[in-house]
Amino acid sequence: MTLAEILPYLLKGTWVTVEITLISIVLALLMAFLAGIARVSEHRLVRWIARGYVELFRGTSLLVQMFWIYYALPMLGVEMSAFTAGVLTLGLNIGAYGAEVVRGAILAVPKEQYEASIALNFTPLRRLWQIILPQAIPAMIPPFGNNAIELLKGTALVSLITLHDLTFSGQLLRNLTYQTADIFSLVLLLYFVIALFITGVVRLLERRLGVGLDRGGMAR
Amino acid sequence: MKFVWDWDYALEILPPLLKALVVTVEATVLGFLLALVVGLLLAVLRRAPLRLVRWPVVFFVEFVRSTPLLVQLYFLYFVLPDYGVSLPALVVGVVGLGLHYSAYTAEVYRSGLDGVPRGQWEAARALNLSAYRTYRDVVVPQAIPPIIPALGNYLISMFKDSPLLSAITVVEALQRAKILGSESFQYLEPFTVVGLLFLALSLLSAAGVRRVEHHLPKHGIPMK
Repeated sequence: MTLAEILPYLLKGTWVTVEITLISIVLALLMAFLAGIARVSEHRLVRWIARGYVELFRGTSLLVQMFWIYYALPMLGVEMSAFTAGVLTLGLNIGAYGAEVVRGAILAVPKEQYEASIALNFTPLRRLWQIILPQAIPAMIPPFGNNAIELLKGTALVSLITLHDLTFSGQLLRNLTYQTADIFSLVLLLYFVIALFITGVVRLLERRLGVGLDRGGMAR
Repeated sequence: MKFVWDWDYALEILPPLLKALVVTVEATVLGFLLALVVGLLLAVLRRAPLRLVRWPVVFFVEFVRSTPLLVQLYFLYFVLPDYGVSLPALVVGVVGLGLHYSAYTAEVYRSGLDGVPRGQWEAARALNLSAYRTYRDVVVPQAIPPIIPALGNYLISMFKDSPLLSAITVVEALQRAKILGSESFQYLEPFTVVGLLFLALSLLSAAGVRRVEHHLPKHGIPMK
């Protein structure tokens, strides 16, 4: 097969990879903010639960987690499709890394800002929403970008739980044609293109969100 | 299906899983050594005066860091035999892990090299040291200590990536668990035990890295 014949097959798999990446990123962001904010909570129990989640998902392998959720969890009566299992694992795993980013960025907001919002008698929720997060979010963007690339690379593992993604398409085509070098070069290149796209989006966000923010002279 | 956790089975599979974990650790340590050497080479080449040398290195690092390790492993495992190079799966796995992480360690070394004061380079030049001796005797000894924690973190990441070797038929801990599960149709225990083993080992190594960090000099190397 020529490359022009191979490409359409791979693009189908690419679409699945993109889908999984996007949905997992949403879930990962949600978990990152939930757990990251919980990590700096005033309640010890909330902090401990978040800490347990972060340590558990950062301490074990992504692939082991995926196999556990896909193959072992049904034995406990929880069954789900390979797609759900893949997205869930990726979201929870990268979310745990993201939680540390959120925590770090929140803790980096100057202490006076907390004190001022307490002095103004803001409710904790309003303090978080209007004072802390708007200042913390720009600092989260670059590390979130790295996490998104990690997530993209992690999506390749869903091929091992039978999902027909880009990597899986590459494998199938290889079994069919034995043009190993061509196919896997093309697969790698497609992943690289998606990664470049993510990097581009992150740069754009960085520029948009960084505007007009006074970071105590750090910016200049 | 009802919840059944079989303690006897979990204990029974512990010895074979621990044995397979040795393979996991071996692959990680060997791969990490490779990553340490190749990464340093890449970091130094990246500072070469020739653009023709620098540019491919930059591309390699970016490309390797933004594509999946799994596909890179497949690439090595399936493509090398086409060119007459047949290596055992474990060797391919170690090389794949090592090369993948060399792209990360290269960036760590880079930050270390950037941290060496300019004056040190200039002094080496004034003393008419060769490029090799400048790196060996002046720059690298000052660049390495501050980056040891970062390198240690990559060792832990690498350990957590080593289950991917199961995809190219290396029988490491995860693959062993999979085999055990398929023999008994009980997947819960093997995968849970493997997960816990990984958790224990990576928490242990994280504590180890923190310990090393603690013993490092705070500002550069101590002057004797």
